[in-house]
Amino acid sequence: MPTPLSASPAAEPLIRARGLVKRFGDFTAVDGIDVEVAPGEAFGFLGPNGAGKSSTMRMIGCVSSPTAGELSILGMDPVRDGARIRARLGVCPQQDNLDVDLTVRENLTTYARYFGLSRREARRRADELLEFVQLADRADSKVEPLSGGMKRRLTIARAMVNEPDLVLLDEPTTGLDPQARHLLWERLFRLKQRGATLVLTTHYMDEAEQLCDRLVVMDGGRIAAEGSPRSLIETYSSPEVVEARFGDAEPAEYAEKLAGIGDRVEALPDRVLVYAADGDAAVAAIHARGLAPSTTLVRRSSLEDVFLHLTGRTLVD
Amino acid sequence: MLTTLLAARLPAVSGARVGAVMGRNVASLRSGPSYWIVLVSGFFEPLLYLLSIGVGVGALIGELRLEDGRVLSYAVFVAPAMLAVSAMTGVLAETTFNFFFKMKYSKTFEAILATPVGPLEVALGELSWAVVRGSFYTAVFIGVMVAMDLVSLGWALAAFPATVLVGFAFGAVGMALSTLMRGWQDFDLLNTGQFALFLFSGTFAPVQAYPLGVEILIQLTPLYHAVELVRGLALGSPGPGLLLNTAYLVAMALAGLLFAARRVERLLCA
Repeated sequence: MPTPLSASPAAEPLIRARGLVKRFGDFTAVDGIDVEVAPGEAFGFLGPNGAGKSSTMRMIGCVSSPTAGELSILGMDPVRDGARIRARLGVCPQQDNLDVDLTVRENLTTYARYFGLSRREARRRADELLEFVQLADRADSKVEPLSGGMKRRLTIARAMVNEPDLVLLDEPTTGLDPQARHLLWERLFRLKQRGATLVLTTHYMDEAEQLCDRLVVMDGGRIAAEGSPRSLIETYSSPEVVEARFGDAEPAEYAEKLAGIGDRVEALPDRVLVYAADGDAAVAAIHARGLAPSTTLVRRSSLEDVFLHLTGRTLVD
Repeated sequence: MLTTLLAARLPAVSGARVGAVMGRNVASLRSGPSYWIVLVSGFFEPLLYLLSIGVGVGALIGELRLEDGRVLSYAVFVAPAMLAVSAMTGVLAETTFNFFFKMKYSKTFEAILATPVGPLEVALGELSWAVVRGSFYTAVFIGVMVAMDLVSLGWALAAFPATVLVGFAFGAVGMALSTLMRGWQDFDLLNTGQFALFLFSGTFAPVQAYPLGVEILIQLTPLYHAVELVRGLALGSPGPGLLLNTAYLVAMALAGLLFAARRVERLLCA
């Protein structure tokens, strides 16, 4: 007879935060957030620079103590059981901190030793992980000559060396070219398929849509919205968006003239966005008013639009 | 009582994790020639002083009469002091420049602290590695002293553990100071301090040669105790005073280590 789900310990959240606060002097980086992450989930913190994502990640990673609120990671207290929790985490920090004195393989074997693995086991896992992140042919290279994408993949391999229950990725693809990003996403997706729980921060909407089952939008240390990418788009945006440009004219002027078309009109510095269920119908309505935009683009609504709606600002400046 | 108090306040230290931090340094030592250059240069400095001043100037001075009435050649007097200096400089190179770089620039400790390894284990691992490295210098230096007939083999072996203690003491304090450094320019201050200690700690002349006030001042500084301890053993005349020197160095090692660990935690685990 199958055990009921509620009785299984796996149903306990891996991360549980209630009213979590982090202050640095007078500055409040994280301002009372509630978060729960279930096993096997890919969870995202989405927000611009300074939203409090990294501070939250450092508290979850047990390298920074909460100023106030409750936090439980893997059912333990991060202040008291920090070392025990960190033993089961894989951390990929925002800025690569690979060991430039060591070779690619040594970066993994040395790191494995911090988790108390034997030399032999460290070596075995290093070879396996280098295969996984497609760096086996660079095993004996130093770190410096590697490309940004390769370094990132090595950092992710390093985060996997202790076979963690929970993987923390702080802006895993920031600064990478599109090809490197797609390769990395593909690897992370495979990690998720293997059953790893992923928690990531990003300020890229496409990344959040690609990787996250569920996410929170953070702004100014608070959570502005929570849900799956799809449900957030459905709640805070319309299915389609028309991006209209009017040559050199001030978009704000045109926004007034477009009022009433679609669900909502938003003027950005260089273009006007028209949110509508049917983008093509909205374009037709714009032309019907005798307006002639220099270009129009109809696209699906994205998390970027959610963020714009929630905060009135674009995400990446 | 004191031990229970310490045990309650200190985080658990795992030997395996301290060993892993040391292991990182071993791996990086193997990785390139630049490191070996630093390693070798650290050894030659005290040796050159021994040859130029101990032997060179010593030939002019001839023999030296100590306070207890013993008469010995100047080189025999200076050599143990250079051994103590060698123990100090070898370890300091690692726990100042290298430690600072790893803490501030290469983010090595940040990466380590994301694992179960804690700040005290990082500090202890770095210090232990520095002492291992420094002990290579002192072992070779002792070999030179024995070969030049400046110390008997038996007393040289007795002096070796003392140099290890000197390494722990200076390494720990150097590491503590490194956590306070704002940038490379602050290391000039450290170098000046180190050089002053090197000149006046009873290294080249018995401290009794100075006015009483200066003598007392010197007796408060660390290298004096290192020189006294190492010289007392190397000259085969250990007295009860060596216990005081030992206690001074042990206190230095513990205070420096705990302070450094605390600072690493404050700087990197904010």
